[in-house]
Amino acid sequence: MTFLQRIFGRGQSAVQSPDRIETAPLDPSTIEGAALSDRILVGASQSTGVERAHNEDALFSLIGSSSGEAAVPDFGLFVVADGMGGHRSGEVASAISVRAVAQRLAKDTLLRLFESDDFLDGQPLQDQVRKALQEANNSVVSRVPGGGTTLTAALMLGNQMTIGHVGDSRAYALTNGQAKVLTRDHSLVKRLEELGQLTEAEAATHPQRNVLYKAIGQGANLEVDVFTHPVPRNGFLLICSDGLWGVVPEAEILRIAWSSEHPQAACDELVRAANSAGGPDNITVIMVYFPPA
Amino acid sequence: MKRTTKALSDATSETAQLGQLEPGVTLQERYLVLALQGAGGMSSVYRARDLHFPNVTKAVAVKEMINMATDPTMHDMIVRNFEREADLLATLSHPAIPRIYDYFTHENNSYLVMEFIDGKDLEALLREIEGALAEDQVVNWAIELCDVLFYLHNHKPQPVIFRDVKPSNIMVDNHGSIRLIDFGIARNFQPGQKGTMIGTDGYAPPEQYRGEASPAGDLYALGATLHHLLTRKDPRAEPPFSFSERPIRKLNQSVSTETEAVINTALAYDPQDRFSSAEAMKSALMAAAKETGILVSPRTATTAIRPRNEVQEVWSFECEDEIRGSPLVAKGVVYVGCYDNNLYALNAETGEFLWKFATEGGIVAKPCSDGELVYVASEDTRLYAVSAERGALAWTYYSAGPIRSSPVISEGHIFFGSDDARLHVVNMFNGSAAWKQEVAGPIRSTPLISGDRVYFGCESSDLYCYDFKSEMKWRFGKAKRAITSSPILIEGMLYFGCKDWSLYAVEAEAGWQIWKFRMGQPTISSPVFAENRIYIGSGDGRIYAVEAKSGREIWHHQTEHQVNGSPIIFEDSVYCGSVDNSMYCLDMRSGRLRWQFQTGGPITGTPTVANNRLYFGSHDHRVYALLT
Ligand SMILES: Nc1ncnc2c1ncn2[C@@H]1O[C@H](COP(=O)(O)OP(=O)(O)O)[C@@H](O)[C@H]1O
Ligand SMILES: [Mg+2]
Repeated sequence: MTFLQRIFGRGQSAVQSPDRIETAPLDPSTIEGAALSDRILVGASQSTGVERAHNEDALFSLIGSSSGEAAVPDFGLFVVADGMGGHRSGEVASAISVRAVAQRLAKDTLLRLFESDDFLDGQPLQDQVRKALQEANNSVVSRVPGGGTTLTAALMLGNQMTIGHVGDSRAYALTNGQAKVLTRDHSLVKRLEELGQLTEAEAATHPQRNVLYKAIGQGANLEVDVFTHPVPRNGFLLICSDGLWGVVPEAEILRIAWSSEHPQAACDELVRAANSAGGPDNITVIMVYFPPA
Repeated sequence: MKRTTKALSDATSETAQLGQLEPGVTLQERYLVLALQGAGGMSSVYRARDLHFPNVTKAVAVKEMINMATDPTMHDMIVRNFEREADLLATLSHPAIPRIYDYFTHENNSYLVMEFIDGKDLEALLREIEGALAEDQVVNWAIELCDVLFYLHNHKPQPVIFRDVKPSNIMVDNHGSIRLIDFGIARNFQPGQKGTMIGTDGYAPPEQYRGEASPAGDLYALGATLHHLLTRKDPRAEPPFSFSERPIRKLNQSVSTETEAVINTALAYDPQDRFSSAEAMKSALMAAAKETGILVSPRTATTAIRPRNEVQEVWSFECEDEIRGSPLVAKGVVYVGCYDNNLYALNAETGEFLWKFATEGGIVAKPCSDGELVYVASEDTRLYAVSAERGALAWTYYSAGPIRSSPVISEGHIFFGSDDARLHVVNMFNGSAAWKQEVAGPIRSTPLISGDRVYFGCESSDLYCYDFKSEMKWRFGKAKRAITSSPILIEGMLYFGCKDWSLYAVEAEAGWQIWKFRMGQPTISSPVFAENRIYIGSGDGRIYAVEAKSGREIWHHQTEHQVNGSPIIFEDSVYCGSVDNSMYCLDMRSGRLRWQFQTGGPITGTPTVANNRLYFGSHDHRVYALLT
């Protein structure tokens, strides 16, 4: 198509046929990277684990997807929090944090999507995500003394996801048979590992591997990590607590992701895998499948 | 689920049994508790009176530790360890170490009775005062602490490693002398860590986490303590071992470079790189103190001599007026517009003059070329197509205002903006108009074409996204001043500068603002991208490197005047000109200066690299070719 046709060819632009003819469905496990669907799919799963009596993790998942003329772009909000603190303050901390983040971002960011002109007038998305996490921190500091929580939140809008993160829960992008950790663990051992003082294997078994240097509830003026990453097309976003990533090896996570028919089945399977490996901690998983562009 | 044993700010439930002794209680029928003096995670310290001295008031400090072990063997072992260490402490004799008088264990509680220090620990002191502590004060304490550490490290028969140097374990008594308290005897009572906890030791050296304790580790912790005292930045609230990311003098300029250097040595990751002993550190501190004591203002006296023009000039060529814009190099020829109205063509190897083409106005825009023709826009309002070979005019296109936006070629067309407030799209073969898009103000930013969309900034403070059907997809109107800077597109994100002092990251599909990075002055410089970072110049005289995904500053390099030109990246260097007349070459990763090349006038254009040579123009009328 020439440029002029593109400019002036309003009426004759080639529209893709809406009803693509489906052949017999392929078994996704046989083809690495085979498309599951042409829409975004979400799954979430949680378990107290085998060794712990209480669940102190919390999760939130929301997906918006529409089509039609002038449709609102796809959006989503996915949050995982892993609480800590005696006397149930961990579960309170993670619950109120997730709620605070979800409320703030739903109200100030997502709902405004429906007033399209209004939306572009908002604060930079990263500032909105940062504020949401800082607000969660303030409510934990004032309402749950002695409690704290990790929190990893991904705000997905169109082709980009803006991630806010504190602690050692993780967000991964799973594409092309590879798991890429997007977040940075705010843990002492990770820091020692980054400085070459510990190997990855030493870090995994270090007696102080549970020491975080940053968490929601730590005190005023919390600095949170915020960054934006393109959505993993033809792949998955995985957000999970250390009850999963510290227990189930990456290769196994990848295998389960690509061999399941739906992210929900994958999440259930991942939780099962963590429990059969001993389930030493609470397990929380959110998985989002993104179709090829 | 994560369990916390000790939170950074307040330890609550686990310490509930500590600090319970009420004033008036007598221990061992001898120590009358007067007040709670301090409470940590594992112990409480009381001020008490020793009743064995009925005629005088002898104050003692009683430290109480609770044995939480449920297993009897463990319980006994903890008590035995406590007693062994108390015996060792009793043999220490140094003016900076409190004397140990007594110890005893009663059921689940063990007690250590020692000299009461009338004074304040440094953590409490730091909380009370505003601003940082004075350098000479801190250095004097540091010297005293080196003395006591030297004593401990050379103790016979066995060296004593303190292991826990930090402000709360250092007291200043009411004579102003330093006292080292808390010999970690309470560590025996520490319950094993079960769950996740927030907060790290902050002062402990990295090797301590591999289980190593050495004199060098105490020096690191001393360095960390001094860093905290001088900067007021609590290391427990920062990523561990990140002192080098918070240089002392960046947070407190009143500290001398000499003292800072001593502390940095103590804080080296590798114990080998620290001082060989507390004695050596003391000498270094004294030498630094002498230096700073003698020189009144050592830091402003000498301005560093920077390397200048260490780079080789291949050639330079003089035009008749200022060169404000940027050269294009194509097929071995440099094309550059000049304020003398001419477009020059020079041999890129030799600088030899090939031809020039006269327009009727100054040229600031960078030319573009498809190999056959060269396209040059002028402030005389026109876009010219001339043959690359000889500079013969092929066609002329008229806009209605001066052109400062650089033309770009895409889809067989030339795109550029004009001060007539239009985006012009011109057939590149015959110069006929294909599309004119009117917007709210002059366009000086270079359009960016991607897919079937065109993005450009506008002096009205808007950034526009149009599709090729001339339908506006979105308009970013959050900027507050002109967007003269030209956008770049990386992985679905647009980055551009603005005269409102900001660098913006905007999602390209729908125009959502992702982040904004604030600089010290307006910018008209255009960003470049490499290795996950955005580089841009600013009117505040700096060249910035900013993390693309987060908008966080990685480094900046200060030049001596505005940076209006744009940086480019070649191999691992950033090249950028400044109005201070210099071309800068910086290490892309650190921002460190590699070389600086001085010309006779401001450099406001963007350099270009071809064939390992760097080409740029200067207001001194010259075009330069340097070896990269
Ligand atoms: N000998 C002493 N005289 C006066 N105050 C003391 C003495 N020892 C400790 N303190 C106070 O009690 C606090 C806690 O004491 P420390 O021995 O460091 O206990 P912990 O093991 O809990 O850290 C100190 O920071 C100091 O303020
Ligand atoms: Mg102490």
